[in-house]
Amino acid sequence: MKDFAALFTRVDETTKTTVKVAALADYFRTAPDDDKLWTIALFSGRRPKRLITASRLREWAAERAGLPLWLFEESYSIVGDLAETIALILPDPATTTDRSLTHWIEEIARLSTLDDAARKAGILAAWDSLPTTQRFLFTKLLTGGFRIGVSQKLMTRALAQATEQDEAELTHKLMGNWTPQTTTWASLIEAHDPAADLSRPYPFYLAYGLEDLNALGPATDWSAEWKWDGIRGQFIARAGDHHLWSRGEDLMTDRFPELAQLKDFLPDGTVIDGEVLAFRDETPLSFNALQSRIGRKTVPKKLLTEAPVVLMAYDLLEDEGRDIRQAPFADRRARLKDLIAGVPDEAPLRLSPSVDFTGWDTLAELRETSRDRNAEGFMLKRLDSPYLSGRKKGDWWKWKVDPLTIDAVMIYAQAGSGRRANLFTDYTFAVWKGDDLVPFTKAYSGLTDAEFRKVTAWVRKNTLQKFGPVRQVKPVHVFELGFEGIQPSPRHKSGVALRFPRMLRWRHDKPPSEANTLDDLNALLDQYG
Amino acid sequence: MADVLTFTDRGIYCPAGDFYIDPWRPVDRALITHGHADHSRWGMRSYLATEAAAPVIRHRLGDITLDTIAYGKTRRIGSATVSFHPAGHVPGSAQIRVEVGGEVWVASGDYKTTADGLSEPFEPVRCHAFITECTFGLPVFKWTAEETLKAQMNSWWAANAAEGRTSILGAYALGKAQRLLTSIDASIGPILTHGAVENTNAVLRAQGITLPDTIRVTPETKIADHPGALVLATPSAMRGPWARRFGTSSSAFASGWMALRGVRRRRAGDRGFVVSDHADWAGLNAAIRETGATKIFATHGYTSSFQRWLAAEGYDAHIVSTEYEGESLDDSDEPLAEDA
Repeated sequence: MKDFAALFTRVDETTKTTVKVAALADYFRTAPDDDKLWTIALFSGRRPKRLITASRLREWAAERAGLPLWLFEESYSIVGDLAETIALILPDPATTTDRSLTHWIEEIARLSTLDDAARKAGILAAWDSLPTTQRFLFTKLLTGGFRIGVSQKLMTRALAQATEQDEAELTHKLMGNWTPQTTTWASLIEAHDPAADLSRPYPFYLAYGLEDLNALGPATDWSAEWKWDGIRGQFIARAGDHHLWSRGEDLMTDRFPELAQLKDFLPDGTVIDGEVLAFRDETPLSFNALQSRIGRKTVPKKLLTEAPVVLMAYDLLEDEGRDIRQAPFADRRARLKDLIAGVPDEAPLRLSPSVDFTGWDTLAELRETSRDRNAEGFMLKRLDSPYLSGRKKGDWWKWKVDPLTIDAVMIYAQAGSGRRANLFTDYTFAVWKGDDLVPFTKAYSGLTDAEFRKVTAWVRKNTLQKFGPVRQVKPVHVFELGFEGIQPSPRHKSGVALRFPRMLRWRHDKPPSEANTLDDLNALLDQYG
Repeated sequence: MADVLTFTDRGIYCPAGDFYIDPWRPVDRALITHGHADHSRWGMRSYLATEAAAPVIRHRLGDITLDTIAYGKTRRIGSATVSFHPAGHVPGSAQIRVEVGGEVWVASGDYKTTADGLSEPFEPVRCHAFITECTFGLPVFKWTAEETLKAQMNSWWAANAAEGRTSILGAYALGKAQRLLTSIDASIGPILTHGAVENTNAVLRAQGITLPDTIRVTPETKIADHPGALVLATPSAMRGPWARRFGTSSSAFASGWMALRGVRRRRAGDRGFVVSDHADWAGLNAAIRETGATKIFATHGYTSSFQRWLAAEGYDAHIVSTEYEGESLDDSDEPLAEDA
């Protein structure tokens, strides 16, 4: 794994994309095929299944290092990464061996078939024979979540350079349901039959937030749809079968069994981009309703009736087996409309309505009604735009409604982890209830690094009490918090839970006495909850 | 028996000698462990420091009443006997030993147990009570061996020089910068310094410390005249417009915090070298063991974890709240405005 560790080090040492791509491309030119395939798998989210629990790994590592478990946990909370914590606290290896990446992945699979004592012995032997960086990567493989600053896109670009293939074609080849156990380098990368896998989705086209409405040109060039608050999905009907992919390339087919009937109404060779949306009586339900179904692999009957879903169709990517992504949006949408017109109303498929508007002013007014419709604002699409891959600027924009806001007082601060290990970045906020401050949310994003440093210096000098890693601070600073939604929550002292809370700005101009009250928060709950 | 040292809101206080150690508010008599800004502050009526620390303290604090003492020499103050012993942190840094009626307490300031080739090496001092920092008081902090570190820095610099890039290395102006100067291979190329680093170099050279030749960066400095240069910068200068004059460059940061991948990445530099003027986990534990002390006070750093660890190890361990900052990544340690 020495060469893989060297690749990791080169990639990790730089912030420059070109250097990362060059390092990856070098690796793809020289590494053995098995290792290359695993590298692609790891950087495209196909990590091996986690076979040993994180808590066992912690216990073994603490024991091997001769440290109490609580001290391991404290270290982990500072480092912010389990594999890194383990790699750092273990004693240096006495002797080292160089085995391939594939060897170690297979070793992990082999250990998983053994009993607990044999697993422990195998893991400890591996830790004892690997230098720190390799130990870190080996443990990353054990714990999963292989995020090390290489996106799938970046990896694909490097692969395109190394194999002299078209990047888009490679992107397509890498999608779908393969694993290194079910394919080979030759058939996945070198073979010229990319359509072999009928489940394979198209890369999603993702939009950026709108920067400047005035730069869009005449409103007549654009289509507007509500931006629904569900789960973006791609529905594929091919060869009598169907598949539902999430934006993160998760296969969600079994999580939404009610969508299975769509394949009876849609012809083979149909691919629809849309939003899986909780929906009843022709009305979208709040994201809250859908939340109960996220993360469930199988769905009990009760949930199916409580939170039924539809596919709200946005776009048609494949029609009669042909990839029509290069056709203008207006044409694709017209075909989508025809297609859906032939599907009975009982089927859980709807065409996302396009919003009639005469000019940007009228659209801006309508946008204010987004929350009442359980929408997040508008999606603006240029009528002649092709369906691109990945996040691109220019043809598609999200025009989200402004967040809800409240001014709150910071009362607790906690150090962050990982890249924010020595900064206080996680704050708890409170609003007034009479003379008391009632905590109601945490937030940890939205400030600049410079502001986080300022708050950190202040926290160090203004701590009233410490509770483990949490510091109670003087209630002095007011922050304007933004959030996307609010709902009642019996689990929170304040009785509310916020969706996506973050700091919009540090209100240096406001004394704490002018922060909002619990009544203000409840008024928002009554209106939007 | 009364405590030899007590902890007040002005600093560490010795009632028997009526003096403070590294106070952070103005007092009459201050004993100073070393010249870093969080330990050596302005406004004391009189100062006492080691002979080796005095020039830097004078340079930083200007016209002060400063008395000096050699390492290991004792001095009677009131009914206390004090002496200064090498702390291995930066040149001139000291642990301060205070003895009252046979009871010995040691305030260690900041310290490092491994020799760096520049600072007077750390000397364990036997005592009953030991006041320790714990900036890096978690077992994940393990310093890179000096030889490995040298090889890492030299190969980084040499590779940059070969590819026509300037190497910008960020480090504290006092201590860390000079330590790096003595570690690197000065034959690779010219060494340029930020004004704050060069001012400290001048003070240390004047007291007889040998450093490689360096060139002060001024507004007139043209990087084209110094191909393949290594630039030693302060952390704050490195982030600002000052660093833009060096053209195509690779930046690196030298700090104990670089042991953590997350912190390395947040710095957004190209490289992070794991090097600190503070003790790592093993160093802290070894130092405490060697004092023979049973009573330990943890001042700055991961105090709550470290206190709990020491208590579990059988020590009478306490946490003391101070205004010492340890090794900060984000602030310069400069007390005064310096010319750039």
